[in-house]
Amino acid sequence: MAEACITVKNLTMTYGDFVIQRDLNFTINRGDVFIIMGGNGCGKTTLLRHMIGLKSPAKGDVCYGEQGLWQADPKVRQQILARTGVLFQSGALLSSMTLAENVALPITEATRLPPKKVREIVSYKLALVGLAGFEDYYPSELSGGMQKRAGLARAMALDPEILFFDEPSAGLDPITAKLLDDLILSLSSALSATIVVVTHDLDSIFAIGSNSVFLDAETRTNIDGGSPQKLLHESKHPNVIRFLNRGDQTEQNSNHRHMRSPA
Amino acid sequence: MRRRSAHTCGYVLSVQTWMKTSKVLTSAANSEPTCAISAIRQSKLLEIALSGDWVLDARLPPLEPVLTQIETKTVEKIIVSTKALGRWDSMLVTELIKLIDYASQKGVAVDKSTLPASIQGLLTLVSAVPERVDAHRDQTRTSWSQALTVSTGKAVQHGKEMLIFVGEMIISTFATLRGQAHFRRQDLWLYIQECGPSALPIVTLISLLVGLILAFVGAVQLSLFGAQIYIANLVSLGMTREMGGLMTAIIMSGRTGAAYAAQIGTMHVNSEIDALKTMNLDPMAFLVLPRMLALIIIMPLLCLYADLMGIIGGGFVTVNFFDVSLTEYLDRTASAVKMKDFIIGFVKCSVFGILIALSGCMRGMQCGRSASAVGDAGTSAVVTAIVFIVVADSVMTVICNRLGI
Repeated sequence: MAEACITVKNLTMTYGDFVIQRDLNFTINRGDVFIIMGGNGCGKTTLLRHMIGLKSPAKGDVCYGEQGLWQADPKVRQQILARTGVLFQSGALLSSMTLAENVALPITEATRLPPKKVREIVSYKLALVGLAGFEDYYPSELSGGMQKRAGLARAMALDPEILFFDEPSAGLDPITAKLLDDLILSLSSALSATIVVVTHDLDSIFAIGSNSVFLDAETRTNIDGGSPQKLLHESKHPNVIRFLNRGDQTEQNSNHRHMRSPA
Repeated sequence: MRRRSAHTCGYVLSVQTWMKTSKVLTSAANSEPTCAISAIRQSKLLEIALSGDWVLDARLPPLEPVLTQIETKTVEKIIVSTKALGRWDSMLVTELIKLIDYASQKGVAVDKSTLPASIQGLLTLVSAVPERVDAHRDQTRTSWSQALTVSTGKAVQHGKEMLIFVGEMIISTFATLRGQAHFRRQDLWLYIQECGPSALPIVTLISLLVGLILAFVGAVQLSLFGAQIYIANLVSLGMTREMGGLMTAIIMSGRTGAAYAAQIGTMHVNSEIDALKTMNLDPMAFLVLPRMLALIIIMPLLCLYADLMGIIGGGFVTVNFFDVSLTEYLDRTASAVKMKDFIIGFVKCSVFGILIALSGCMRGMQCGRSASAVGDAGTSAVVTAIVFIVVADSVMTVICNRLGI
């Protein structure tokens, strides 16, 4: 039933001689909302950069289906990555272009659609993220949350099979963060896309995560994984439990957390 | 993208009898994915059947015939049948949105319940946040007189901003002198290092070549009178009074002025300047003063260096091509150049230094909050600096001439 979408095999990540994480092994299944979690500086974003082809691994590989991303030659790698979309932490919209031009950029690069059709698709994508009518705005004229949603519209421009999110709730107020989480969930069911989220926001983790991996900063590897709810109650690793309980290990807090998160 | 098995061929037939004949429009290209739309009307019901692959690289069948059916007939309800639908992506959804928008304009309801659940989800999301009416921008044409008014207004605004900046600068300078504002001493050393020694190679190259060019240009005329020996006067006076300072200033405005604008502009984008303000540090004193001071200190030194390089360049040409011995050249140079010539060069160069730092820092401080704004700041810093330099140089040359120095 569960079909592997991305498999990380023996991945070791380094900056120069400094090892960030070693021997990472986990699988992301098709249709998952997969959470990559861990404390600050444990290498979550670095792992994401390895998965989206921005940084090459010191050892091991990231496999899309059967195809290893970093073994493949650059052309094949580009083809694999064309099926993915990435939302960067700050949206990473090109500031010299309007929202419409930002979203249209990947579409006009990849297809030969007439400009009218491109505009229709752009309007549709912006409407999907709740930004209908903001086509002619420059990113600097929007709030942080809107920039993030516009970044999401650009990431979805070509109907990717896999969507990556780097800290989607960072810098957003709880209500906006919740709305973005809801958007991610509804997109996940509507697009039937696989979604990979890098985050340390506990509310998000419990609200949207169907599967996860925990990167430990001390042992420098993935010490646990699975559904966040299950991890909270069944994990054997004190670091994981402490993380999921906001550093607090009392039973009361764990119950509170359980009640707040949706079933 | 979602794959759906196309288990029904052709278009939909139901048990009901159709009152109107159906109209099938198919695109006919073999290589690309094909998709088709057909509209079948039954009394007040219009059934629209979608078949084939509705993907981005497919050629779309025209939607208009279906839309005209909605318009001309007394349709009350539209059902979309997707039994023969193959693959689909944004292409299908955008077409459906067009259809639904058109139908709702005509007051016809579209039954979405027959659509696949995921398309229904997407359509719900699209209509979840209504389009903000005031968000759309009107792009109105402006007449030339309006454009002129706007650009004049902008020019006046720029002038005002410049005056304000200079005023703030002067206030900060006095505040620093009185000890009310501070900058870090190590910053000053860093900036001196950045704009002084690191600039030597380019200043060397340009000044040597300028001296060489001056010598050649002068020599062609002077040798007509057999007065090659005066090349030394021409080169040494030309370099010390004018060209040494001017060339150094132009190099530095491109090298350092642009860098200042980009540095301060990026700090502005990252809210670093706001951070300084909240820490009760005057950004003028903290960022602009040390940069300006560094240039004021360094520019005369670079100018002296450029003068010497120019004289060496000129000497090379004179000695090698125009029958003047090295001793003669040096002797002539020494008698031609007075201390006041060097001093005039230094004064000019210090003024240029102030102007470069001023325009670089000013454009940086006025920078907008985006990546392209930083680029604009750099460009406009260099343009402003060069304009200032040339104007100031002309004024100072005229003054020197009038004063007879």
